[in-house]
Amino acid sequence: MAAIKVHGFHASTATNMVLCCLNEKQVEYDFVLIDLLTGAHKKPQYLALNPFGVVPTIQDGDLTLFESRAILRYLAQKFKGQGTDLLGSTLSEEALVYQWCEVEGQSFNPPVSTIVSQILVVPRRGGSTDEAAVEMNIEKLGKVLDIYEERLSKSKYLAGDFFSLADLQHLPHTHYLISACGKGDLISSRKHVNAWWEDISSRPTWQKVAENMKVN
Amino acid sequence: MATIKVLGYPLSTATRLVLCCLEEKQVDYELVVVDAAAGAHKQPQYLALNPFGLVPTIQDGDLTLFESRAIVKYLAKKYKGQGTELFGNSLSEEALVEQWCEVEGQSYNSPALTILSQILFVPKKGGTTDEALVEMNVEKLVKVLDIYEERLSKSKYLAGDFFSLADLQHLPTTHYLVTDCGKGDLISSRKHVKAWWEDISCRPAWKKVSEKGP
Repeated sequence: MAAIKVHGFHASTATNMVLCCLNEKQVEYDFVLIDLLTGAHKKPQYLALNPFGVVPTIQDGDLTLFESRAILRYLAQKFKGQGTDLLGSTLSEEALVYQWCEVEGQSFNPPVSTIVSQILVVPRRGGSTDEAAVEMNIEKLGKVLDIYEERLSKSKYLAGDFFSLADLQHLPHTHYLISACGKGDLISSRKHVNAWWEDISSRPTWQKVAENMKVN
Repeated sequence: MATIKVLGYPLSTATRLVLCCLEEKQVDYELVVVDAAAGAHKQPQYLALNPFGLVPTIQDGDLTLFESRAIVKYLAKKYKGQGTELFGNSLSEEALVEQWCEVEGQSYNSPALTILSQILFVPKKGGTTDEALVEMNVEKLVKVLDIYEERLSKSKYLAGDFFSLADLQHLPTTHYLVTDCGKGDLISSRKHVKAWWEDISCRPAWKKVSEKGP
């Protein structure tokens, strides 16, 4: 069986989310570099696979799939029973996984990606960090993390007492928030969020991927 | 079996998404109106169910669930084999449904909601529409719709030649854009997007939900 091909970029949070999931499911893959720095993601060859011109995209036999969160759910379903179970054990547990995955995608990701973009990406492109935008998004993120703190005081992981896609989806951006943006206090100041973060970020499957995300 | 309870309000796009899904799956439900105008969604009683203080939330037996896109996935899975199939017929088709659901949630929803908010909600609260912000988001939406036009020239619906959650997720916001915001040209100027919109917006399940008045 041909290995799954992952077209992505080593520093991309969305790419690393997918690589971590492949590691958790113990699935082999070939990594095809799409060099964002040379604009490879906007060339016709890549747009033919993903018309939105963003990474990652996977190819699994005849199936071409983009949107990292959709790729995660596909892998979790296809390789159910292999590697780590990432969708819980019942339909109700699966529903709670979807719920917290949506929370990540709709409420956690927008402020955190703005913070990471302003602090990490904008200066590298010759611009200046918009400090007001960073402040505003730290406040938004703080409110979301307060809800996580409450949730994680009752539940070891987000969807329940089992690690799932919902926790996995938080790994890449939180990693940058702490290691590259100096905003680790947002996590460490919240007892249960901090314990959860230490747990999920110490998973070997994640540690392997985090190697790709070292920032100078 | 107890009926599913939907806590929300009839004009909310996210509530309508869930109601439409329940109609498509032919599932009995009870709508419990949360009076958002009166701030009911921020009261302790509601926050105990949904700490984010957003609508809708559903209760199905012991399960309390929020986030409309998660709710519709749950309903589509639980009621597989009943009503309209919303996840395709194979794992690959399901994956494509998930992909286009994410496109809606990550690329379509934000500009569409910003336009709706500026044109419909801001004036109601006594403010003035930020025309520059509307323009900027119309531009974003145009780029997404151009990709949809290309996709729908090859495929009857977004995920393939079958109606799915991916199409359903577009109904509530697009309805308001077209009927209440004067942005129908975004849809009608694109041949395949227009045909797709006319098809999905005529579905009885959507008509039933969208005709519920204030």
